[in-house]
Amino acid sequence: MAQRALSISAGLALAILTLGPIAAVLIRAGGLGSFRPGDFEALQFTVWQALLSGFFSTLLAIPVARALARRQFFGRRLLISLLGAPFILPVIVAVMGLIAVFGQNGILNSGLAAFGGPRLDIYGLHGVVLAHVFFNLPLATRMLLQAWLAIPAERFRLAASLGLTPWGQFLTLEWPLIRRIAPGAFAVIFVICLTSFAVALTLGGGPRATTVELAIYQAMRFDFDLGRAAMLALMQLGLATVAGLIALKLAPSQGFGVGRGRQVPRWDGRSTMARTFDMIWIFLAAAFLLVPLALVVLKGMPGLFAGAGQGTWTAAKHSVLVALASTALSMVWALPLANRKGELLSVAAIAISPLVIGTGLFLILRPFVNPFTMALPVTTVVNAMMALPFALRILRPEAEAVEHDFGRLRQTLRLTTWAWFTRVWLPRLRRPMGFAAGLTAALAMGDLGVIALFADPDRATLPLQVYRLMGAYQMEAAAGAALLLLILSFGLFWLFDRGGRAGADT
Amino acid sequence: MKTPMKAFTFAAGCLSASFALADAPVLTVYAPDYFVSEWGPGPKIEELFEAKCNCDLQFKPGDLLPRVLLEGDKTEADIVIGLNTDVTKKARESGLFATHNVALDGLTLPLDWTDDTFLPFNYGHTAFIYDTTKIETAPASFDDLLNAPDDLRLVIQDPRSSISGLALVLWVNAVYGDKAADAWAKLAPKIVTVTRGWSESYGMFTDGEADMVLSYTTSPAYHIIAEGDETKKAAIFPEGHYFMVELAAKVASTDQPELADKFMEFVLGQDFQGMIATGNWSIPAALPKDQWPDGFQKLDLPEKVLFYDETEAAALRDTAIEAWRSALSQ
Repeated sequence: MAQRALSISAGLALAILTLGPIAAVLIRAGGLGSFRPGDFEALQFTVWQALLSGFFSTLLAIPVARALARRQFFGRRLLISLLGAPFILPVIVAVMGLIAVFGQNGILNSGLAAFGGPRLDIYGLHGVVLAHVFFNLPLATRMLLQAWLAIPAERFRLAASLGLTPWGQFLTLEWPLIRRIAPGAFAVIFVICLTSFAVALTLGGGPRATTVELAIYQAMRFDFDLGRAAMLALMQLGLATVAGLIALKLAPSQGFGVGRGRQVPRWDGRSTMARTFDMIWIFLAAAFLLVPLALVVLKGMPGLFAGAGQGTWTAAKHSVLVALASTALSMVWALPLANRKGELLSVAAIAISPLVIGTGLFLILRPFVNPFTMALPVTTVVNAMMALPFALRILRPEAEAVEHDFGRLRQTLRLTTWAWFTRVWLPRLRRPMGFAAGLTAALAMGDLGVIALFADPDRATLPLQVYRLMGAYQMEAAAGAALLLLILSFGLFWLFDRGGRAGADT
Repeated sequence: MKTPMKAFTFAAGCLSASFALADAPVLTVYAPDYFVSEWGPGPKIEELFEAKCNCDLQFKPGDLLPRVLLEGDKTEADIVIGLNTDVTKKARESGLFATHNVALDGLTLPLDWTDDTFLPFNYGHTAFIYDTTKIETAPASFDDLLNAPDDLRLVIQDPRSSISGLALVLWVNAVYGDKAADAWAKLAPKIVTVTRGWSESYGMFTDGEADMVLSYTTSPAYHIIAEGDETKKAAIFPEGHYFMVELAAKVASTDQPELADKFMEFVLGQDFQGMIATGNWSIPAALPKDQWPDGFQKLDLPEKVLFYDETEAAALRDTAIEAWRSALSQ
């Protein structure tokens, strides 16, 4: 009973935080705004790029995750951790990194030109998708890898002793896993790409790449048309809900049954061809994801060594505090929500424009408190909420598998809730929880969506500081601050992720 | 479970820290975000004004007008600084701003300014900035730019999300009138991309991704003064350049009317005007050219200045943006 009450209140809190701000904006506006001619094109582009981004991120993640799951090589752990890094970069920094590689003056084009090759143009729909895959491929890969590693080793042994062909093994072991994880991964990525704005615009090459979020920004900041902003935000919400429902329909939630949790060497994929393919996939993914990051690091070094400035260090402190508080909140929030409804709700929540959430919260809080003093608490809560769908996507399959696999044991032994929680549940969920916490912490470091109306001169976060520095021509200092942000986000991510994997053989 | 407690303690700590108020009267100034960083003009303004006002000037950064409009006459703001002409019409119509009572005869703007509500404190013009080490002969006119080879790579800002982007479409409109769509069609192949704000564009320019960037005539001053680098220049066009001005205004519902008036006087005073050039990398609004910092005296500035007042601009805006959008969507 207590468990159920907890689930319901966690869900309710999320629903209120999602719909409350839209309602507040709507009430203030006195009704929905009008639909404009350009909106339909924006909607079309938004959905199309989000579909492509979700599709390619998930599709490409499959061979990469598979290769990482069955290969052991020097530096594999570090590589797996590093592959998480793009996801946590602030948008502006990641875009600069990508342009440094794929841009007209980027290393790829310089390389091609040196060999007399053609000039590649990154700007366009393909550029938008490329950037979104850059952000989200690591996420999808890790989600799949997590599931791959959760296949009881006994199943692989059984497959080997039955002499299944690679194809047979794929069909019996790996395909069900993909079907279980991929639709959810796709849905989360699709939804996160729905609210893309700066990435889509910059890499889309101009107004062809207009997204709904840009229309919201324009309505909010330039036209002050709250009704229109609310209408567009509801449209995003509708799209996300549909995507979430479809994904949940497609994904069966059965697990692989119980194993003894041992690591057993795998017998599959030992042919030279399989090895070569795996290594090529790993190499390509690593190059695609790590080269832009390396350029961000190189570019940021001078700025960081020059002493990033007092403001940057203070901002860094705030960001770390926000990240830790968001992580704590998000974990407590996520555990009772690790079920179908909870996940759907959380996916819907991230589809809402951060700008609308910020404005709505501002309208709600303003009669009671001074919004300026709420900058960091609001950021903390909203960041925790924005991280929920990722945390849940990681936790839910494992949480349900534990329930499914060990539920009978619990009843047979008549375990108390506490004993169940501490002896079975937590140890089993330790790895996904560590990963989810790391991701939340890193996400919370990087996000600045809602802060515009709550900004406080003395409590800037690091991403905000990067923008402020750039706005004051301090490009070098900004690059330094961005590197610091990368180091701190990655540091937090690594700490939690490792914490979750301590003692595990992977 | 100790963790949620930590979050609450943290939140509570943030709250209580803000209640440490001094006894001096507080002047609350809403300013754009970039104002308040250690590199922006905010800290210097605070220092200079507090030295003479016996008060506590507090900057509150963030969205300016959306925020004031949301708050209505309950706003805590006494002053709003950093507004642009694209929002003055809406701001004026809201009735939330008071007249400033500052004598305007000290203004040194390149055009007449008679607004009794919005007070200019610095200005610049839209311009395309280039690197002399990469481009030997920059386009000498807007026509030249339109007819430049398509491998000249430009990066501009979106008029729907950026004030400089909006100024550009008005600029094109002012130069080309009903031929604006043709002008955009000629410009389109040279535009590498359009960014959401100025920072992204300028970053792409300094990274070498673009040859020319839409920025301000004053941008080279930063490179000259702060970096000793004279290779960044603004291409000056005889057709004229669009005038960009930043404004301050007194909030009608202020609880510190005298202090607010004092601040508005201060904005055009010697202290503020002498500092703002290097504080905000813009030309002071009330300071004769011979008193500008050296780096600013070296700037290439246009002879002719183009500008639509707020009523004209509001009427033209949608058409000008649409001309841009349809040409670049081809």
